[in-house]
Amino acid sequence: MTGVLRHRLLWPVLALVLLLLLNQGFRSDFLLVRVQDGHLYGSLIDILRNGAPTLLIALGMTLVIASRGIDLSVGAVAAIAGAVSCTYIYNSDNPGSFSTAATAVAIAVAAGVALGAWNGLLVSIIGIQPIIATLVLMTAGRGLAQLVTDGQIISVSNESFHAIGAGFFLTLPISILIAALAFAGAALLTRRTALGTQIESVGINPLASRLAGLSARRILWIVYIFSGFCAAVAGLMISSNVTAADANNAGLFIEMDAILAVVIGGTSLAGGRYSLVGTLIGALIIQTLTTTVYTLGIPPEVTLVFKALVVILVCLLQSPKARTLLRQRRRPAPALPATKAAL
Amino acid sequence: MPASIPEGADTAAATQASGSGTSRNEGGALMSVLTSPSAPATRQRISRLQGKAKYAPTAATIALFFAMFAAGSLIYPGFFSGQVFLNLLIDNTFLIVLAVGMTFVILTGGIDLSVGSVVALSMMIAAALLQAGWNPFAVIAVVLLTGAVFGLAMGLVIQVFEIQPFIVTLAGLFLARGLCYVISLDAITVTDPFFTSMAQARIPLPDDMFVSPGVIIALLFVAGAFYLLHHTRFGRTVYAIGGGEASARLMGLAVPRTKVLVYTVSGFCSATAGILFSFYSLSGYSLAAQGMELDAIAAVVVGGTLLTGGYGYVVGSLAGVLVLGIVQTFISYQGTLSSWWTRIVIGALLLLFILLQKVFSRKTKLT
Repeated sequence: MTGVLRHRLLWPVLALVLLLLLNQGFRSDFLLVRVQDGHLYGSLIDILRNGAPTLLIALGMTLVIASRGIDLSVGAVAAIAGAVSCTYIYNSDNPGSFSTAATAVAIAVAAGVALGAWNGLLVSIIGIQPIIATLVLMTAGRGLAQLVTDGQIISVSNESFHAIGAGFFLTLPISILIAALAFAGAALLTRRTALGTQIESVGINPLASRLAGLSARRILWIVYIFSGFCAAVAGLMISSNVTAADANNAGLFIEMDAILAVVIGGTSLAGGRYSLVGTLIGALIIQTLTTTVYTLGIPPEVTLVFKALVVILVCLLQSPKARTLLRQRRRPAPALPATKAAL
Repeated sequence: MPASIPEGADTAAATQASGSGTSRNEGGALMSVLTSPSAPATRQRISRLQGKAKYAPTAATIALFFAMFAAGSLIYPGFFSGQVFLNLLIDNTFLIVLAVGMTFVILTGGIDLSVGSVVALSMMIAAALLQAGWNPFAVIAVVLLTGAVFGLAMGLVIQVFEIQPFIVTLAGLFLARGLCYVISLDAITVTDPFFTSMAQARIPLPDDMFVSPGVIIALLFVAGAFYLLHHTRFGRTVYAIGGGEASARLMGLAVPRTKVLVYTVSGFCSATAGILFSFYSLSGYSLAAQGMELDAIAAVVVGGTLLTGGYGYVVGSLAGVLVLGIVQTFISYQGTLSSWWTRIVIGALLLLFILLQKVFSRKTKLT
């Protein structure tokens, strides 16, 4: 059992370590974490902090993908969450107070949950393919966010709100703590209760799960709502970090990054099996890759090329065909084509 | 799943007669004989209704377009003119060509997320080569070849390594967009005389109306795609794969080759769209055509093509583009509405047509 687990995460972990060592080779203080003004500072902390929104969204995405779905709308949901929270703070009577920030966060999270429920409705009750169902919100979502902000970039100054993305607690950035909390929560909920197995079961065969007495619909609702929730919190982090809501650019392409993190982490897009630890490592790889590009002095825009090459490489390594070619003794999983055809 | 086998066989039967209504009825009659010989007449009537139902989403799109055009003519003065209609074509030539390529991919049940990035990449390559003093025709040839090879490469990865199209074309999206930035971070202006003449050329029509050369190219693509899909072995195989890949393979059709080819077609169409977009904007810019893959997918879906593959018409995709275009025209005529309403309305239309397809097709089922 541990052998299988090690095998699955061996390549991602190796890639992460190699990337970090590469950075260390170019900048000798890269792996150094120091304490300054009572806070932890260093490139590793930066990677964690900047990667927190992607990790959060990737967490939600992992569970959605495990149910053989996909959520393309997360970037739009993040933009909407940023838009509603900043607009609320901007228009409130007391824009600097803690209670205003708390209400804004609550509204944003409620919006994320509601949008997740909307996706869940389309997928589970109406039975639309997940990629199409969430495409609707992906297309319309940024328009909705712009509607909320009236097309403007809304800047706010509220210290409590700013703390979500840029503050520190117990020497650590708050965004890292939130992401860690969400990760622990998701891991506990899906691995210490039956929920994780139920999600996987729905991902393998929704019909069989229902016949076995599971409410496939309820489980689909749960994963999409969780994804919407994660996207909203990530959106709060993004807009809080820059203390502004930019409906056009907040969370742009983050759904792609999140999907990449999930795929790099070894979760198959065919559903039915997932690894939260893999997603964590995948998100870290993506963020480290971005940092590496900066460290090497390559124009940051070129990151996309590296991301593409990494995805292609990882997918090739993970594809059953390539594996059978590489290792003759490993037999291809016979169940996979059958479940695909069943969709 | 026993349910999927008659589905696939049914589609294949319909496909062989390339979408003609009569043979669909024959197929239905045959099935009714097999299933319940006691009431063949009723069954035949039902299957005839179902045969018409497959045209329903596309017909609804065309009807919607005319309804919107009529409504616009009633509300806004100056809306009802041939030129407003032709402008829809002129402003959306690239989207029409993209939607044509996307139709092929979606008909096989795949998806191509890379098209917007390939459009931008084509524009960047064209602009950079023209700036370097290349002959414009050589530039166009290079761009078209690049697009086709890009699509071919993605198709091969999808087919040979059995990786989902979604993730492969997502990587293609990143790669093509990243390569744009590698070529140049800034916009490159196109000053080549051939490109500027194509940008300004007007083909006169009666009543002082005109179209751009791009419109002719785009309509040729629609016509070419129509011929390919409905009158060639390749087209029938495309439909058959969408209807049921396993059945298509069992029928001895060239499934792997066709699947690779549809992505090549899509890549070629994206490159052509890039050239048309260069004619339109006379520049190359790394951020161009961002999110255009969504517009293309939306146009195909609104045009009545089923995203699970097997059902749909390229003419529907053309109508889909026109519907998206007329939404934009409406918003610009209204004046008080902001541009973001376009996205919201397109999202709503997308939802509407997905629900419509849900009603008309019994194909996608869950739980």
